[in-house]
Amino acid sequence: MISKYLEAGSTYAGDIDSLILLILAVVGFWGLLAEVVFFGLIFKFAEKEGVKALYVTGEDPKEKRWVSIPHYLTLIFDVMIIIGALRVWAEVKLDMPQADETVRVTAQQWAWTFTHPGPDGKLDTEDDIRTVDELHVEVGKTYHFELASRDVLHSFSVPIFRLKQDIVPGRIIKGWFKPVITGTYDIQCTEICGIGHGLMPAKIVISEAGKHQAWVKANAGVAAVAAPVSGSTGGMP
Amino acid sequence: MSSNSESLGHLPIDAMSTAAGEATKTDTHGHSHDAHGGHGEHHEEQNFFLKYFWSTDHKIIGMQYLFTGMLMALVGGFTVYVFRMQIAFPGISVPGWGRVTPANYDGLITTHGSVMIFWVAMPVLIAALGNYLIPLMIGCDDMVFPRLNRLSYQIFAISILVLGASFLVKGGAFGGAWTSYPPLSAKAEYNLTPQGAPLWLLAVALEFVAFLLGGINFVTTVMNSRAPGMKMFDVPMVVWMIVIASILFMASVGPLVAGAVMLLFDQTVGTHFFDPNKGGDPILWQHLFWFFGHPEVYVVLLPATGIVAEIITVFSRKKLFAYKTVLYTAVGTGVLSFFVWAHHQFIAGIDPRMANIFSLTTLLISIPVAEMMFVFIATLYGGSIRLTVPMLWALAFIGEFLIGGVTGIFLGASGADIYFHDTYFVIAHFHYTFFPIAFISVFAAVTYWFPKMFGKMMNETFGKLHFWGTIIPFNFIFIPLFLLGVRGDHRRIFDYSRFPDLMKPGMPELRVLATLSLVTLLAFQAIFLLNFFYSLFKGKKADRNPWLANTLEWQTPSPPPHGNFPEGLPTVYRGPYEYSHPDRAQDYWPQNEKAAS
Repeated sequence: MISKYLEAGSTYAGDIDSLILLILAVVGFWGLLAEVVFFGLIFKFAEKEGVKALYVTGEDPKEKRWVSIPHYLTLIFDVMIIIGALRVWAEVKLDMPQADETVRVTAQQWAWTFTHPGPDGKLDTEDDIRTVDELHVEVGKTYHFELASRDVLHSFSVPIFRLKQDIVPGRIIKGWFKPVITGTYDIQCTEICGIGHGLMPAKIVISEAGKHQAWVKANAGVAAVAAPVSGSTGGMP
Repeated sequence: MSSNSESLGHLPIDAMSTAAGEATKTDTHGHSHDAHGGHGEHHEEQNFFLKYFWSTDHKIIGMQYLFTGMLMALVGGFTVYVFRMQIAFPGISVPGWGRVTPANYDGLITTHGSVMIFWVAMPVLIAALGNYLIPLMIGCDDMVFPRLNRLSYQIFAISILVLGASFLVKGGAFGGAWTSYPPLSAKAEYNLTPQGAPLWLLAVALEFVAFLLGGINFVTTVMNSRAPGMKMFDVPMVVWMIVIASILFMASVGPLVAGAVMLLFDQTVGTHFFDPNKGGDPILWQHLFWFFGHPEVYVVLLPATGIVAEIITVFSRKKLFAYKTVLYTAVGTGVLSFFVWAHHQFIAGIDPRMANIFSLTTLLISIPVAEMMFVFIATLYGGSIRLTVPMLWALAFIGEFLIGGVTGIFLGASGADIYFHDTYFVIAHFHYTFFPIAFISVFAAVTYWFPKMFGKMMNETFGKLHFWGTIIPFNFIFIPLFLLGVRGDHRRIFDYSRFPDLMKPGMPELRVLATLSLVTLLAFQAIFLLNFFYSLFKGKKADRNPWLANTLEWQTPSPPPHGNFPEGLPTVYRGPYEYSHPDRAQDYWPQNEKAAS
């Protein structure tokens, strides 16, 4: 359903989409059925001249089934959805596959700084590439990311990956993704972070290996810096 | 105060034994009248100010809350109008406001959210209806703490003044969203509203104090002052729901008030509870906030379902299906609601393993809530359904809330929430639950109890026009927002044109559709106000029981005089929902009518 509007750009995007589809099928069917019964009853039992309403207490076990059967159905389908949800959650947030490369994402009011490893493939060396509001990754590689904030809460959202993670000052929060398509897409801050929250768009540029490596070589050692607006660094470098 | 405490000293022991002897009851009655300074039987002319602003009469206090809530709803409605115009038509000069800056925008969304929840839904659903209905429906003459009640409203009124003041100070009103997450909310250098932020927080804290006083009053009154003969299972559902909601509120609000004071200290005196640079933890606030915030959803939901229970039984002439089940599901929902709060924080940076637990509890809470809806639907079976205006609203509640309920599953399922969190899908889901709660059920209640409150009937034609003019646009606001959420629109953005992925064909059009529907919905509210005030002064006179209902409030004159039951306090012989009883020719059976058999 989602992929109709937004391509599934990471290895787990498809699983999140399937989970959403599963929930849609379950709640769509039962929700619709409930609405149909509900409207049906309204029409069927509209006031008629001389017809008195039934006296039903609903305490009789036979009558109670009207409610208890849907009750158990709800439970069964809830369990089904929980299993699906937990599996997807584990895949995205709990199990971290081995990384090919690590990128560092630093958010601040109201800009992003992305630190990529240079040609040596390692962070914290001289050839690290720091960019503002533009993250470059290679398709098919597994990335770990480390999120940090200089000031307030932000949230690192890459809709194309179906990925979202809040960023909390004072902590480094880790996660992963593996792009499966190429192109340039939005990165968004999805946690309100002050008056510039709407002015914090960034880009993710996903390229083929050759193109990406060329970019890395050309930019080795580049260190763009987003100027801090509020003066505070939140304990970050 | 002395006469007040005197009547209190009397209550607990005697009246606790529920189906209290009639003698005890009359005694309590006599004393509570003293508490009013003797206005009861010999109603003297009071000046307007004393009568409407200094009253201890629960009905007047209920109306104070109702009218204040209606006034605040205009504020909430105006703010949403301004920021929705900005979203649909970025950069235009909004009629009545002008150009919307990012700072304006944040202030407007924050105000809309906090006003609608804290100053509309809470005062109307709990305070107005609780105050007005509880004594009338349980058959007593007033709340047990009438002066506490008056104080509650006064503190509430002060909280509004404080909130209002936050718009006038340097830097303007707080714009950190109604959830007020630190560090943004904690430091002026981040939020740029050095005075607006503390004032907002102070207003919220004061408002909670007001409702704490109200809650104490509701629970005590229902436990102690029920009419003779009214057993626990004879209490009308709406009263039960308000009592359960009050208990939930009182049990959950403590951590939030503590958190609010800590945050206020962080803002004003330099403490570091939530400051990560100094060893504090911003996520602590989220826990305190949502530990209150999630039960809060049910604090307002339960009274709304109570209203629906009253109305669908009356207008389908049916006994409520499985009264006890409804009651148990309400209690079950209330208890479970304390164990779901972290579903707001799946991706907030808490230990991701926690999501497993909270996903489980969140989906489980769907069971009692769904069961309540099943009960309401089952109640319609075999009924003799009359589509009066209050009934239309009550049915609309069920139909719309179902959508709100099932869409919550997408968000409670942790794996799916990764994508939907903080998108318009959340907003649409939330409004499909909250609009039915705060408006649909309230319109049901107002149109249903209007004849009792004011002794006049409301106009049906205008009522129906208002109903359709609200329900249709409502769906056309929020279905587009669901679709936008699915396509990735995230929240609290004042101009989407900076995000190419969010400007694909169809998306700006959906935003415009939602905004135009909102404007339509708001315009139709004029019909309600017109109908309300026209009927108030010129409406057809209502007799005491125009809907042929069973509950006690309908067995006394409309409007009830001070003291509520001029013919003496009622005695209760049966439950509230004995409609269409096979032994009776009439299809209703008032709770206080002596059995013929």
